[in-house]
Amino acid sequence: MFSASDLRKGLKVEIDDGPYVITDFQFVKPGKGQAIYNCRLKHMLDGSTLTRSFRSNDKLAKPELNTAKFQFSYIDGESFVFMDQNYEQVSLSADILGDSRHFLVEDLEVEVLYYRGQPVDVTLPNFVEKTIEETEPGARGDTATNVLKPAKITGGYEIQVPLFINEGDRVRIDTRTGEYADRVSKR
Amino acid sequence: MPTGSASAEAQSPGPVPSVIQHRHLLLQALRGHFLDRDYHEVETPVHLETPALEAHIDAVSAQGGYLRTSPEFHMKRLVAAGCERIFQIGPCFRAGERGALHRPEFTMLEWYRVGADYLDILSETRELLQAVVRAVGGAGLRAGGVVIDVAQDWQQLTVRDAYTAYAGWDPVAAFDADRFDLDMVNCVEPSMCRERPVVLIDYPAPVAALARCKAGDPAVAERWELFVGGIELVNAYSELTDAAEQRRRFAQWSAIRAADGRPAYAPDEAFLRALGRGMPACGGAALGVDRLLMLLANAASLDDVLPFRSEEV
Repeated sequence: MFSASDLRKGLKVEIDDGPYVITDFQFVKPGKGQAIYNCRLKHMLDGSTLTRSFRSNDKLAKPELNTAKFQFSYIDGESFVFMDQNYEQVSLSADILGDSRHFLVEDLEVEVLYYRGQPVDVTLPNFVEKTIEETEPGARGDTATNVLKPAKITGGYEIQVPLFINEGDRVRIDTRTGEYADRVSKR
Repeated sequence: MPTGSASAEAQSPGPVPSVIQHRHLLLQALRGHFLDRDYHEVETPVHLETPALEAHIDAVSAQGGYLRTSPEFHMKRLVAAGCERIFQIGPCFRAGERGALHRPEFTMLEWYRVGADYLDILSETRELLQAVVRAVGGAGLRAGGVVIDVAQDWQQLTVRDAYTAYAGWDPVAAFDADRFDLDMVNCVEPSMCRERPVVLIDYPAPVAALARCKAGDPAVAERWELFVGGIELVNAYSELTDAAEQRRRFAQWSAIRAADGRPAYAPDEAFLRALGRGMPACGGAALGVDRLLMLLANAASLDDVLPFRSEEV
């Protein structure tokens, strides 16, 4: 069980028999009154949201969560197929992967989170390398400014990159923010 | 000017950071106001054997004792001992309180005046905030970019009217402790006027805290709270001076603490003895200095006005 004082952004809790993640959290307290923990929560399976206020002595159930390691294998239509070390396959939908699906590369090690045997979330390594597929030619010598331009990575996902990045360059992307981190190598 | 990510260290070296400059001017203005009115500045113990017994405030333990959650009981002992006008600016500590408007350590201004009641303290608070805005300069008090002119009329609303209008029930007629706090933060505070200071006045007797109940209407207590830009800034009372009633309230709060499974605190006997010997009728108030700084800096979080952010302390 969690008590109200454990609540914070990102914590996974169980409400009405459903797994939720706290997406927004505020501690509020009238001067002489009780502490109140206002939360916005997202259902980990169907994505629906709700807001709830908890009081100091409210208790919340801990969802039964397990993790397993997999490697990304291939895309099969709408599904993303992963394989574990015993060649067991699991196939995940774009909904569960969210933006993570844009950063998958072959053999990438990922951690799949299960709630009661159902996959609910996938954690990627913090950084992945991708190739720039399409971008306007870079402005030479302009490497110091913070000006960014759009670029498409393999698979078509668009990110913002510095002006000196060219098509064919390898870049590192932070999978937690979905943003460009740095250049790995030039074409 | 929003202070944004202001922090003393992040800005050094260079001119004095604005968060430091604002606090310096504010502290001077607060002291100036009280010294001009013949108040004595006092200091009372920060490390205590007996923390203030209140229903919903937990003290931080330290070295076999506790850090004070407020200077109230000691300042009232000074009032009982003959100090007619006193103020104090200093640190207070409350366990487990952390949010945009809460920090476990914060600076409190507290003052007491013999012969005053809660309405006298309200007029004085109005003068105090006007003096602060004059002294600190800039755009005055702002929240979310909205300027709140403290020289204008303040909106005064009884707690009964506020709850009836914003939450659909009357807490004076039938009090519900759980609903009262929840509706305060989720219905009343969000609906309040943002352009003018708002005074919620005449609290239901069960949340009288340390205020005396009205002579003609014991269902309500002579207590008000000031909200500026929706931020709770000042809490004031016609102080309870009746030792027997104070002991009865301590017992009530102890029962609430026990039911919630919170640590038990003993009633402060030295404070009760001082009341028993006779404390003159007085009014008093407590003001969150860091929150006032937020309003002076148009900041959205205490982190933006403290010299060190939570993670830097």
